[in-house]
Amino acid sequence: MSKLSVDHLLGIKNLKKKDIELIFKTADNFKRIINQPIKKVPTLRDITIANLFFENSTRTRLSFELAEKRLSSDVVNFSSSSSSVKKGETLVDTVNNILAMKVDMVVMRHPNPGAAEFLSRNVESKIINAGDGSHEHPTQALLDSYSIREKLGSVEGKKIVIIGDILHSRVALSNFHCLKKLDAEVRVCGPSTLIPKYLDSLGVKHFTNIKEALNWCDVANILRIQLERQDVNYFPSFREYSMVYGVNKELLDSLDKEIVIMHPGPINRGVELSSDVADSEHSIILDQVENGVAIRMAVIYLLAQKINK
Amino acid sequence: MEKQIVSSDQFVIMIERLSHQLIENHGDFSDTILVGIQPRGVEFSKRILEKLNQISSNNIQSGNLDITFFRDDFGRRDVPIEAQELDMNVSVEGKRVVLIDDVLFTGRSIRSAMDALLSFGRPKQVELMVLIDRRLTRDLPIHPNYVGRTVDTILEEKIIVRWESSHSEDKIILINSENE
Repeated sequence: MSKLSVDHLLGIKNLKKKDIELIFKTADNFKRIINQPIKKVPTLRDITIANLFFENSTRTRLSFELAEKRLSSDVVNFSSSSSSVKKGETLVDTVNNILAMKVDMVVMRHPNPGAAEFLSRNVESKIINAGDGSHEHPTQALLDSYSIREKLGSVEGKKIVIIGDILHSRVALSNFHCLKKLDAEVRVCGPSTLIPKYLDSLGVKHFTNIKEALNWCDVANILRIQLERQDVNYFPSFREYSMVYGVNKELLDSLDKEIVIMHPGPINRGVELSSDVADSEHSIILDQVENGVAIRMAVIYLLAQKINK
Repeated sequence: MEKQIVSSDQFVIMIERLSHQLIENHGDFSDTILVGIQPRGVEFSKRILEKLNQISSNNIQSGNLDITFFRDDFGRRDVPIEAQELDMNVSVEGKRVVLIDDVLFTGRSIRSAMDALLSFGRPKQVELMVLIDRRLTRDLPIHPNYVGRTVDTILEEKIIVRWESSHSEDKIILINSENE
């Protein structure tokens, strides 16, 4: 099989294991290309892609834009703060207006869960979900699993613990789906207030003791405490969170094995992760960023194959 | 219907002749890089390199080029082409490059290959070596410098090079799909 089974990338939940493997295989080729002296291929020179960001983002947006440019597609950027959305235009109207300018693919980040899925049902375009509220962030999960595969040889059978704010995290949900499809074992760790109730239905177990969690796992994916979503006090203070759930060198040294440290960024240094760990050889945080471009190139390339010429 | 157009014995002689032609033009290969085009040019390039290493003791630089992302038919094929491994650990800047492919048909792969090659620098010269030149079916103005055998074929016909693990059993087959 060398085509995806889906027409849009809305979430990992809709993907088959074969799709994920195809994306990884394609990303291997693009990773080689972005390390060449000339990092660009002309493949998508007749494709136009709109990046619609209804929510702030630096890394994801840059990563998508670079991936699009490395494939030679034309790129238009849009952010809600400087647009007619503020004047009350609906999402479908906004997107249809953009598509009327002959755009082939839309990359969208939106604060509402399900926004990408809604859009895919209402407009004629390929949609890539770049994060919809606390629902899914498929490309992040793909690049996380891809980075694990690169570091440890495979994802199958590996033990991964996701630590921190699971409740508000789209990265966590997409990671559950992705890791499970690739036959890894996933558990979470964090304060009970930040652990969602749906975890039982996904069959994901929960640690409350960080040392126990780290001793169990091969890879720790540490999530950011989302300052912007702390409308309720889920824990007493950052200082306390850091003392109970923060990962630092002392904690890692006390384990009887070496583990891989991941973080989707941006890091709150000194809160969920200490600087000496973030910058240590155990951390593959910057590899994740590099792999992000290759993974996004692969996703865009594979979806663009489905555009009718 | 299958017809053998190059037998295993002729194949061996052909590889030998092409290797000598390369030596005639490239001397000690100090400035030359041989580049096989994925997927099938790579096998051919391997045979040539093997032969050259037998004849002369020069250290010859080589690489394999994948052209998938440089093709001009993206999104226009029913079944997409899968990318192959790319192995170019040499810079082609200022070098003489010999592109190597098995069958020259429309010329479109070679155009893509020249495009892909430029990602690794600006070569001083690019030459083309093919095993089979189907001279009547060209879409682009591309002409090979070294040819194993020139054949006159129509579009419906297919040329297949059977690379065998025992190199002395390689052969080339012409298939006429109308009679299949």
